[in-house]
Amino acid sequence: MNSILTSKWTKVVVFLICLVPLGILIWDTFTGGLGSNPTQFLEHATGDWTLRFVAITLTVTPLRKLLRQPQLIRFRRMFGLFAFFYGCCHFSVYLTFDQIFDLHGIWADVIKRRYITVGFTGFVLMIPLAITSTAGMIRRMGGRRWALLHRAIYLTAIAGVIHYLWLVKSDIHVPLEYAAVMAVLLGWRIYDHYARPPRRVPAAVPARKEAASVPE
Amino acid sequence: MLIKRSEDLKYSHVTPRDIYVNRRKFLYGMGLAGGLALAGTTLADLLGRSVHADVPTKLQGMSGSPFSTSEKVTPEKVVTTYNNYYEFGTEKDQPAKNAQKFVTSPWTVSVEGECAKPRKFTMDEILKLAPLEERIYRHRCVEAWSIVVPWIGYSFSTIAKLVEPNANAKFVAFESYFDRKQMPLWGMAGIQLPYVEGLRIDEAMHPLTLLTLGMYGETLPNQDGAPVRMVIPWKYGFKSIKSIVKIKFVKSEPPTTWNITNAHEYGFYSNVNPKVDHPRWSQAKEVRLPGFFKNTPTQMFNGYGDQVASLYNGMDLKKNY
Repeated sequence: MNSILTSKWTKVVVFLICLVPLGILIWDTFTGGLGSNPTQFLEHATGDWTLRFVAITLTVTPLRKLLRQPQLIRFRRMFGLFAFFYGCCHFSVYLTFDQIFDLHGIWADVIKRRYITVGFTGFVLMIPLAITSTAGMIRRMGGRRWALLHRAIYLTAIAGVIHYLWLVKSDIHVPLEYAAVMAVLLGWRIYDHYARPPRRVPAAVPARKEAASVPE
Repeated sequence: MLIKRSEDLKYSHVTPRDIYVNRRKFLYGMGLAGGLALAGTTLADLLGRSVHADVPTKLQGMSGSPFSTSEKVTPEKVVTTYNNYYEFGTEKDQPAKNAQKFVTSPWTVSVEGECAKPRKFTMDEILKLAPLEERIYRHRCVEAWSIVVPWIGYSFSTIAKLVEPNANAKFVAFESYFDRKQMPLWGMAGIQLPYVEGLRIDEAMHPLTLLTLGMYGETLPNQDGAPVRMVIPWKYGFKSIKSIVKIKFVKSEPPTTWNITNAHEYGFYSNVNPKVDHPRWSQAKEVRLPGFFKNTPTQMFNGYGDQVASLYNGMDLKKNY
């Protein structure tokens, strides 16, 4: 397991898998597979993938701790950058087809329409995280400050779900599913922060017990 | 083994359900037709328009209409696969799949309320009330997309006049069919059902207001509101209620589904108006499906202002959205 996780090739394979949704969308765009309202299809698909990659990124740490696979952390940056990448696609579709590069129209939307305000905020919050995602940046900022800044991903997750909730007309089932996933992922962090014994206590056994009691 | 459905079998080729069910009667008719053929009556004439099947059937003998636009008609596939019909699912592609088994015959429409001669109409009667017209209308959804559809039907005023509305009839209330068994996704819709809509009496009696029985040369597909729906081309699409079972003339403004759901976003009038934004998006432009770009300017009253603007003289359309 560990050798798979640390292999250089695993990263390449995961990277390519993360590009599959984009590949399918490009294929569909040029083969008429986007249905009757292609722009809406692209907006929904890229929005979905942004939220999914935010969720995947937020899954890395809980999984790493629960499974005791520290090597999983190697993939976190890639997933985070893919969340930003699909967010950029989402914004580009809106910019190109919906607003047709009308910056005034976009700004009017951002100010006037609360679902766009909150969605845009979630997107903008990812920009500094993408910029500071390199090892050099972590060194320059110092681990503690860097980690603090990168907690902004929690706000992006919440903003993304609210963006979705506020844009649907009446059927909120799908955005509520995303809300549930994000609630579990963020809730685990709160649990991990408060309910676990402090790190200095050299007792790995009680921690293991608690982890085992989670499913209850 | 892979069993593929033959591509060339179209729904229009399927024997209409009532003809299938009444095979003996049909055979009798065949015999009769054989006899009458000499007198110049064809089988097609005999069967003519007396069909009300669950699947689209060819309609014949339509005339054109001066109300038709010369704009390019939207491909039929777009109009039959991209639908807002929440009883069959809230995703646009769901109604086309989930409404296939929807039973629309027999079907009756009750026309009642403030009128001298309330009565029920069968679909057979409705199909024969007046000559059918093909009207190519622009159709603008409140979600800022639009299509151009060759609807088939006749002015709603035709059926209204038959029941003789009285002086108390200030509004018309419409109600859609609702059946939890046939519409298992109803609970996901997030709107109150049955779907209800309404018009002011002068809006309802306007010649543009179409009682619609078909499109693209055939009876309506289920996902597009079979067997009978309204089309009010100068209003947002959700006013054009589908699968009507009740029409009631009433004294006061009737409740309407989207207004009940969210009064702040959907008013009773809901006239297409590029200057009055939906709270969550601009209504200034629209995307003409199946295009990519939202670059078609939305017209006041969806371009039907010459005919209908006078209905709203002196009204503040920002307030009465």
